Amino acid sequence: MTSENKPGWKSLPMGAVVLEPGSSLKYKTGDWRAFRPFVKTEKCVNCLLCWIYCPDSAIVRREKWVEVNYDYCKGCGICSKECPKEAISMVEEQK
Amino acid sequence: MTIVGFTGDEAIAYAVKQSKVDVVAAYPITPQTIIVERFSKYVADGETQTEYVCVESEHSALSACIGSSLTGARVFTATSSQGLALMHEMLYIASGLRCPIVMAVANRALSAPINIHGDHSDMMGSRDSGWVQIYVENAQEAYDWTIQAFKLAEAKDVQLPVSINLDGFILSHLLEGVDVLEDAAVSQFLQTRTPLFMMDPDKPITVGALCLPDYYFEFKRQQVESMLNVPKMLHSVNKEYQSITGRNYGVLETFGMEDAEAAILCLGSTAGTARVVARKLRERGKKVGVIKLWLYRPFPTADIIAATKHLKALAVFDKAVSFGAPYGALCSDVISALHSLSERPKVFNVVYGLGGRDIEPSDIESIFNEALKTAETGIVKEPVLFLGVRE
Repeated sequence: MTSENKPGWKSLPMGAVVLEPGSSLKYKTGDWRAFRPFVKTEKCVNCLLCWIYCPDSAIVRREKWVEVNYDYCKGCGICSKECPKEAISMVEEQK
Repeated sequence: MTIVGFTGDEAIAYAVKQSKVDVVAAYPITPQTIIVERFSKYVADGETQTEYVCVESEHSALSACIGSSLTGARVFTATSSQGLALMHEMLYIASGLRCPIVMAVANRALSAPINIHGDHSDMMGSRDSGWVQIYVENAQEAYDWTIQAFKLAEAKDVQLPVSINLDGFILSHLLEGVDVLEDAAVSQFLQTRTPLFMMDPDKPITVGALCLPDYYFEFKRQQVESMLNVPKMLHSVNKEYQSITGRNYGVLETFGMEDAEAAILCLGSTAGTARVVARKLRERGKKVGVIKLWLYRPFPTADIIAATKHLKALAVFDKAVSFGAPYGALCSDVISALHSLSERPKVFNVVYGLGGRDIEPSDIESIFNEALKTAETGIVKEPVLFLGVRE
């Protein structure tokens, strides 16, 4: 895991200091995911239980159904487990 | 020139006062040294403006030092033995967060069984913690290295914590004459610390953030690089210090090595005894020498290679035991340093002085004789000798 596109030791600030406040949004945790939640929009009743339960606030509200923000979703599967309509299935990531 | 009677501990406390340290945090009870006790008197008597924080453990002492250092302060603490062991976790955090803290360690044995006397078990157990490690031979060196340590630690290309190691009791409690500088000369030499980054409410930063497999390695690589920068920076610090004191320091000091065939390599106060014995043997025509390391981390590989160039046999003295390892820590490092050379001296290890067992000139002489025999025959009889232990 060399994490291409990320800065090397010569250009990173010393001591792992983060010099820019409020920059955690830039740290995309989506690549931790092994399983991807897939929303079947025809089954979703927009009850928002998944939106309440998501520990990463990665459920995005839309007018008639929900979407997932894959930049931050870590694939824990809580949304799929809690969905009363079985509208969210977990699909293995292809890497 | 002002000569003052100081123990090693008092010499360090005086150097810290002159270094205009902003914060000292320390646990004041056993196994603490007299260093912070004497320093607390300076604070109480109004001789220094330092913020003196008394904490409830050594773990907290170093934690407070780390927090203070991150605000840009110049920070000092001292400990010994079990105290250093309790700090162990925070040692890595101090170096990882690049806090240029200076800490004096009066090297003493670790329990069990309980023992309060001097050996190097405490610091040798922390040798991979990312601290620059300096070992001193006497109270004068303790004083001189403490002042130089701040300049080294705070150097732009170093930014690492530095430990000043002095042999427990032998140096920490022995009264000697110490040539001290004027306060103004120390201020001129050290200047105020210029931090590369610091915690400031007006310019917030995040310190100690989570670093997962995609970043952690890079920060450790940075620490490796900063360690490698130490010898060069140390050289310039030593030269500048020499210009105001006339005292010449470096990464190591040699005696008789220009023509020695057999030598002893050691740390700290043992070097003084070894030199006395070597001088006597040299008067009798024996080609012996002594290498004393001031700098143990980073390990001065190139300088050791240069110093042992014409040597036939080398006895490396370890005042700590590395259970289950082929040699003591120092000897392992020396053997590694010489490994790539096609011609190198025969090396053997002498483990000695554990729990403060005295080492006498006759002990050292017996090892010089063993080394001379090894030089003559080219055969190492025993790779590790336990000097002075009862069978």
